[in-house]
Amino acid sequence: MISSETKKTFRLDGKEIPFREGQTVFDAAMAAGVYIPHLCHNPDFEPHSSCRLCTVIVNGRPFASCTQPAVAGQDVKSDTPELNEMRRTLTEMLFAEGNHYCPACEKSGNCRLQATAYALGLQDNQFPQFFPRREVDSSHPDIIFDRDRCILCGLCLRISRDVDKKSVFAMTDRGIGTTIVVDSPSGLLADSKVARTDEAVQHCPVGALMMKGEAYMVPIGRRRYDLRPINEDSVAEFQAREEALHG
Amino acid sequence: MAKKRKIATCSLAGCFGCHMSLLDIDERIIALLDLAEFDRSPINDIKEIRGMVDIGLIEGGVCNVENVHLLHHFREHCRVLVSVGECAITGGIPSMRNSLSLKACLEESYIRGVGVENAHIPDDPELPLLLDKVRPLHEVVHIDYRVPGCPPSADALWHVLSALVAGRDPHLPPALLKYD
Repeated sequence: MISSETKKTFRLDGKEIPFREGQTVFDAAMAAGVYIPHLCHNPDFEPHSSCRLCTVIVNGRPFASCTQPAVAGQDVKSDTPELNEMRRTLTEMLFAEGNHYCPACEKSGNCRLQATAYALGLQDNQFPQFFPRREVDSSHPDIIFDRDRCILCGLCLRISRDVDKKSVFAMTDRGIGTTIVVDSPSGLLADSKVARTDEAVQHCPVGALMMKGEAYMVPIGRRRYDLRPINEDSVAEFQAREEALHG
Repeated sequence: MAKKRKIATCSLAGCFGCHMSLLDIDERIIALLDLAEFDRSPINDIKEIRGMVDIGLIEGGVCNVENVHLLHHFREHCRVLVSVGECAITGGIPSMRNSLSLKACLEESYIRGVGVENAHIPDDPELPLLLDKVRPLHEVVHIDYRVPGCPPSADALWHVLSALVAGRDPHLPPALLKYD
């Protein structure tokens, strides 16, 4: 028998979405098979609501769906021309702020920034390129850290702090000067507690944190988002996770 | 029969890979030539655009003074100007030099490079002056449309060209949208 709690629903783009008490709009939508574009959020870790790609309109006001609790009877809009245009613009800005050379990047095909841009149909680039010159840290024997590709999603910070219990990464400065620093006497990864097996270095959505010695083991064209677009892949992954956790 | 559309193409700081991809439309070029004709292009070796053309396709970013002049020539003579490929859209691979100074790049190539003999930085007046940074086209002139890819596939170029020739919006379907 279905409990009264699981019967609660809200409306998402006109469709009734069931949710459990405590679920976010994002989690309930993905569990129901509705993709909401996102970059800084990984459902396995605490949400951060910084990339704003998952912004939806709840009862007429914008909220980040990854942190917005689902409430019965809410009217939520996500797949609208206005929101998708905003998401494309935000994604374009992320590309312009870093050095994202897809043709020369080992992450191509596994990159969530690239795959999300594809899912949004991003065919434009209207902003001046920053061409930043940030420090590349290749000191570690197993890990390379290219800050020019970092989109400041904060996943490495959160995971290193909450899961690995090492707090290797932190953000410093503000605004456009924000960058990731490493907790070690020299500021280099080689002198930090980070290890190849850390969760924090497994979930970088872009090619900022990469493993050495694994380049091109899977050829371009046969990578994760080459095989299945991110909108389908994310929903399938989320639903499998829900199935495993809640049956 | 409707008047044929005129198409002009050029390569700035590119590798001609996008032009190779254009030739990869294979026999569809015959269908294209029923609807359009090529004006200035490396394909027919015409050097200057004569009058106005309908569609300008530009491959490559802007890395030197000659590129800037040719880009302005295209903008002045093309009703619709299209950035073709990653170098035109973002600066691409040539813009990887932007993280170094121009002096450091030239010295690495012509002074300190492995196997360099008679080391000096080329200064023949025939050589176009390099810009301090490689720029995407839209930072110099207004660009109407973009076809991403390195290079864009022949199918993507065909999709965009056939749409533009027919006067349609050349938005790429998901299967043809690639940045690498």
